[in-house]
Amino acid sequence: MTVPEGINVAAALLAGGARDFRSSIVGQVSRAPYCMMGVCFECLVEIDGIPARQSCLIPVRDGMQIKRQLGAPELKVTNIGEGHE
Amino acid sequence: MSEDQLTVVGGGLVGAAIAYGAARRGVRVRILDQGDVAFRASRGNFGLVWLSSKGGGMPRYARWTRDAVRLWPELHQELLDLTDVDSGLQQTGGFWLGFSEQELQKRANLLAKIDREVGDIPFQMMEPSELKQYLPGIGPAVVGGSFGPHDGHVNPLMLLRALHAGLREKGADVVTGADIVELRHDGDSREFTIKARDGQSWKSDRLVLAAGLGIADLAGHVGLYAPITTTRGQVLITERLKPFLDYPTNKVRQTHEGSVQIGSTTEDVGFDDGTTVDKIEWLARRAVATFPTLGRARLVRAWGALRPLTPDSYPIYQGSASCPGAYVAICHSGVTLAAAHAFVIGPWMGGLTEAPPDFDAFRSDRFLDPNASFSHDH
Amino acid sequence: MSDVTADLVVIGSGPTGMAAACEARALGLSVVLLDEQTTIGGQIYRRIESAPSEIVHVLGKDYAAGQHLASEFCASGTRYIGGAVVWNVSTTGVVNYVANGGADEVVGKFVLLASGAMERPFPIVGWTLPGVMGAGAGQIMLKGSGGLPTDPVVLAGGGPLLYLLAWQYLRAGVRIEALVDTTPRSAYFRAARHMIGALKGWRDLLKGVKLIAAVRHHGVRVYSRARELSIVGETRAEGLKFQHRGKQVQVRASLILLHQGVVPNTQLSWSTGSEHRWDSDQLCWQPITDEAGRLGDTVLYVAGDSRRIVGANASAVQGRLAALAIGKQLGVSNDTTRRSAVLEGELERYTHIRPFLDALYRPCDENRVPPDQVLVCRCEEVTAEQLRKYVGLGCRGPNQTKAFGRCGMGPCQGRLCGLTVTEVIAEARGVGPSEVGYFRIRPPIKPLLLGDFAE
Repeated sequence: MTVPEGINVAAALLAGGARDFRSSIVGQVSRAPYCMMGVCFECLVEIDGIPARQSCLIPVRDGMQIKRQLGAPELKVTNIGEGHE
Repeated sequence: MSEDQLTVVGGGLVGAAIAYGAARRGVRVRILDQGDVAFRASRGNFGLVWLSSKGGGMPRYARWTRDAVRLWPELHQELLDLTDVDSGLQQTGGFWLGFSEQELQKRANLLAKIDREVGDIPFQMMEPSELKQYLPGIGPAVVGGSFGPHDGHVNPLMLLRALHAGLREKGADVVTGADIVELRHDGDSREFTIKARDGQSWKSDRLVLAAGLGIADLAGHVGLYAPITTTRGQVLITERLKPFLDYPTNKVRQTHEGSVQIGSTTEDVGFDDGTTVDKIEWLARRAVATFPTLGRARLVRAWGALRPLTPDSYPIYQGSASCPGAYVAICHSGVTLAAAHAFVIGPWMGGLTEAPPDFDAFRSDRFLDPNASFSHDH
Repeated sequence: MSDVTADLVVIGSGPTGMAAACEARALGLSVVLLDEQTTIGGQIYRRIESAPSEIVHVLGKDYAAGQHLASEFCASGTRYIGGAVVWNVSTTGVVNYVANGGADEVVGKFVLLASGAMERPFPIVGWTLPGVMGAGAGQIMLKGSGGLPTDPVVLAGGGPLLYLLAWQYLRAGVRIEALVDTTPRSAYFRAARHMIGALKGWRDLLKGVKLIAAVRHHGVRVYSRARELSIVGETRAEGLKFQHRGKQVQVRASLILLHQGVVPNTQLSWSTGSEHRWDSDQLCWQPITDEAGRLGDTVLYVAGDSRRIVGANASAVQGRLAALAIGKQLGVSNDTTRRSAVLEGELERYTHIRPFLDALYRPCDENRVPPDQVLVCRCEEVTAEQLRKYVGLGCRGPNQTKAFGRCGMGPCQGRLCGLTVTEVIAEARGVGPSEVGYFRIRPPIKPLLLGDFAE
């Protein structure tokens, strides 16, 4: 997706036609941004592998990978025997 | 069956459990809580049902804790059936994790000593490779740990709700907004009068002071000695996360809702329930060293929890000599001991049974011995 | 642990923060400004430095006026740290924050909390559905990236920002499906009592009148005195339903922007343990400060909309007055009495209209205290009904209901639900909000990654 420079991820997603950003943690219902200024925590999406980020506070960067946030964030646990992250 | 009226001063975990225990056996119970329903010390409890390493300095306490955790499943089920409130007991074992060989050795020695002195308090020391089968996420800084098969955790706030709901089901009288300032005992009628700051008063045949942080003065009114200090433990809690920790450790546990609770410090700061930046940072770093993946979890809240502490950190359960029928009950581990408070202490202080065997160990007179010295064992 | 210290640390780069920094710098004080956003301007002057001229034109003169302040700020020599999430402020001036993934700290001899305002929540049936946003959000997108609705939009509620946005949208060619105004008739009578003040602030009054006239002139369908608003839709917003002139009306739209005023963002001030009062005119909590904005006897000051809603111009003046007071505390040699007098005069001029606006656009009870089925806590999905149940179980205030039902325990840390929780409990108990109190706000002021604390 191509967007104007300086735009935040949430605004970019909305401009691109995204209607819901995440499924809520308790009831798994669709949610989308409400305040666009970082106080409502509805605009949470996974950005470049880090879950539940407030997308309205993050400027878009080239090559960003954005995914819907499905429920609570999942922490990746390293396999037995591997070194630390 | 006793016709006596029992009044419990203090509606936190200790008071509510004792009151419930008496009420379920048919005693007429009234419980007086100071202000709101959300209970200060109880709100600060970490939520562990923990046997491991308890009572290293007092075998009677180790035995008391052992019996208490054995009774927990019964309390959980009974409250669930009676009130539909689930205290969320998960009791499939818990871990202590160590970061040095020295620490591990010290731990092994302590657990062995307790098991030797008391009996039937099993434990297992584990290397990281075995630990990882239970806790896949532990980091390289963890050099080993101990496993206690009887350890577990609950949701302390839900436990409190369950106890209060249970009290109502059993017909107990729950009074909130009662800030008790005076207690009187009439030697002739053997009756107690309890007075609140706003002028309300109640009469009672039996009295239990379980008001934790507020207890010292009141205890003196009825010939009881309750030397307590407050200790602050700072605790962190994260956002809700998908389940990844199947077992609690004594410093990090994942709650039923998914948030990870991280604790705690032990500070002597009086009635200051605030937080400090340095301790928050310290707790966060230790948590990440234990489970590196927590580096990606968000901290949502930090708080300071004040809990009562006796000079040797062990409970006080004592009846008054000068004012028979009055008792004091103070402990640090209101969650772990909840079932014992309900099933054993409640009936005792409610007048239905004798004191449990060898309970003199918990008399507060022990602190009056000029030859004794105390240190906090927790 | 950083060894950055400054005479003044400012938190927030809206009009208050920028003006305070400028004033402090003019007195020769060293100033560090921490901003959660990465560009200056806060919310009201979003992207003030780089907004394209056509956007500036659409937004109108009040926005454009911010460019002057922005230039002054950029030339002031303030040390600006953008992308800084403040997570703790001590009453002794230590400010902890995370920027660029690393934890840092700055110590101010004085600290100015200038977090501005946030939109009041609008808890009606369906308000959590995708497609429902605040009018402020719409304006932020317009300012921030020239973002405009592509689908027909409904604006609902009341308050100056709602009409301003409508006017801005019309200038940009946006199709407004309807403007649903909830201002009741009684509000006009209530506001009339403050007519003298309104007339003293005639410039502001005239601005407002012109706005509303322009909106109507454009032929936007305006429904006045609307009641019982609810969002229609199962998984997404599909429209707005309401009562109008005794009949039920339903307007279809996939984007509904709600607004019923803004409220002080008090998260920081509450976290310091400072006392707040419930203001029954503005229906919100306000930190208790002295004339210049000082919190108790701490080194903390609060100014601007996060102290009480006064608007952008007045906020800037308050910022300057706070800086002067701080300068005086620090013993700067300049005599600032004349400057103070000028600023006080400006402040008075900018706030003449306030009591009138507060009365006219006082949010309606039904839009603040919702019916049972409405979600109060969006994060933890707690309904008004559940809250009322907890009160029935003996909970007397927000912290107890939080212990019982997790309301306020989510990542927004009570920002979106706090006011509603207080008012629902107050109504259920039959007491005033000041007796009920507010959530106990604890650090971190905003959630941060545990990994950010790494050494």
